Amino acid sequence: MLKIDNIQKTFNVGTVNEVKALENISIEVEESSWVCVLGTNGSGKSTILNAIAGSFPIDEGTITLNGVDITKWSENNRAKYIGRVFQNPFSGTAPGMSIQENLALALKRGKRRGLGWGLPSSLIADLKKIVAPLNMGLEERLDSPIGKLSGGQRQALTVLMATAVKPQLLLLDEHTAALDPKTAAKVIELTQQIVNRDKLTTLMVTHSMQQAVSLGDRIIMMHHGKVAYDFKGEEKKRLKVNDLLSLFDEIRRKDMIDPAVAKLLQEYYV
Amino acid sequence: MSLLIGSITIGLILALLALGIFISFRIFNFPDMTAEGSFTCGAATGASLIVAGMNPLLACLIAFIVGMLAGATTGVIHTHFKINPLLAGILVMTALYSVNLHIMGKSNMPLLNETTVFSWIERFSSSVSGPDAVSNLLGWEVNTRNLWVLLFCVLSVAAFSFILFWFFRTNIGTAMRATGNNDQMIRALGVNTKVMIIIGTALSNGFVALAGALLAQYQGFADVQMGIGMMVWGLASVIIGEAIINDNSLGAVILGAVIGSVLFRLLVAIALRWGLNPNDLKIITALFVFVALILPTLMSNRKPTYKRKVNA
Ligand SMILES: Nc1ncnc2c1ncn2[C@@H]1O[C@H](COP(=O)(O)OP(=O)(O)OP(=O)(O)O)[C@@H](O)[C@H]1O
Ligand SMILES: [Mg+2]
Repeated sequence: MLKIDNIQKTFNVGTVNEVKALENISIEVEESSWVCVLGTNGSGKSTILNAIAGSFPIDEGTITLNGVDITKWSENNRAKYIGRVFQNPFSGTAPGMSIQENLALALKRGKRRGLGWGLPSSLIADLKKIVAPLNMGLEERLDSPIGKLSGGQRQALTVLMATAVKPQLLLLDEHTAALDPKTAAKVIELTQQIVNRDKLTTLMVTHSMQQAVSLGDRIIMMHHGKVAYDFKGEEKKRLKVNDLLSLFDEIRRKDMIDPAVAKLLQEYYV
Repeated sequence: MSLLIGSITIGLILALLALGIFISFRIFNFPDMTAEGSFTCGAATGASLIVAGMNPLLACLIAFIVGMLAGATTGVIHTHFKINPLLAGILVMTALYSVNLHIMGKSNMPLLNETTVFSWIERFSSSVSGPDAVSNLLGWEVNTRNLWVLLFCVLSVAAFSFILFWFFRTNIGTAMRATGNNDQMIRALGVNTKVMIIIGTALSNGFVALAGALLAQYQGFADVQMGIGMMVWGLASVIIGEAIINDNSLGAVILGAVIGSVLFRLLVAIALRWGLNPNDLKIITALFVFVALILPTLMSNRKPTYKRKVNA
């Protein structure tokens, strides 16, 4: 389904701020799989999602989606197949436009936008049906600007918008991190409903071990731009929050010692 | 009274300029300096074609297209070469100065004895109500010809406003508004924001150039200097319109820009009548826009102080 082959991305090449954000990463994700991506701050989680979405060109490697090499595609062309929800609740919606206009825009994701009426009255009933399950009363105020809504409401709408046209791949970048726990739980529940209903192939970055353990069928843990651990199937099912925490501890401990020394130690003891 | 009608007519012609500025400034959030060049460019193109004997409406259409090309150039410089949009506009504006001189072949081109849109209206008025006919408008004697000109301007501006309103409600127009509002979001929904910006700046400058072409015909000449200060003039119109209409919906903002343009022109006419030195016009306009731009911040800064006092 999604095949990332040996990709590399270095930011600020040749400056003192040079960061190897992705180092020779290869991941293959099966159809309808839900992958949770964990990792310390700055480990490259967002970068890998952005690389897949095409926010910037990568330095090396290829990205293949459903057999199509999309490595050289522009961000907007990839959006035909990819739905996205960002960490910042304000990133996924156009604040000055109404709820219905935002939704109508999302219903055209990856389709030709011509001179047809952007918001035909026949569409309103459909839009109401789309937002009604949120139970936020939004169906009654479709024409108010989305900027007036709370972060949680906007994020819930962004999840609906990213999936309004069924994407081949759904990218979620800590999409509940900026919300209070109760709202976050609601947005996660909504995400779960939609992903399960449409059997979406999903890559979800999260900081919450709880989410990683309870959701999805695979956990990838990143560190310094590399995949540190990759758990699938039964192994993933058996994983508990405590196991993840001790893995993080281990990573941190390794970090404390010089990489060269770490290698030596490994050679001696492993 | 004829002064009033003249001012409203010019205000309506410049409303097309205001609509163009509305697109760049309010839809895409950047002041597009190209307007100063494309306004003159529209005037120069229209005037030269008319002098060469072309049908004046066709000349207006070509002026519109040439303005679109100028705007598209700014759009491409900004989106494909990653140059700050303000600077991109200034570059094209500067280049257009030479282009405009080449189009006209001189710095000023009179149109007094040419067939223009307005000489057509004049002829039409003479044939309908006789030459030098006078009409009674609310108890005032006015030249019938001027009323026909006014009617023509009202209808054209209404038509162009409607086209703009319609366009920004279509799928592509909605995507364009979203590009100015949140480009990251609309790119994630599959829209090529570069193309949107290029089409937007093209459309904006098409309107501006058309205003230039019409104003040249109305005042009877095109001049290479006539674009100076037009960007700020358009901004002033848009801002006045917003203050008066006080409603953010698309239709209201478009209507506001038109009303703002007419009102601003009237204000200027009155100020000049009261003895304002025409040389001071641009500094007054600039000051006006400056105050209008900082007013919202000033007001919102004042509110908390007021609240604090109430709470204390
Ligand atoms: N556009 C950019 N320009 C320069 N450096 C960048 C850019 N984007 C990311 N980086 C750097 O790349 C590294 C990986 O960043 P990334 O955002 O992928 O981390 P992350 O795992 O998402 O972290 P977090 O948990 O904080 O979101 C960081 O060192 C970051 O500073
Ligand atoms: Mg991140």
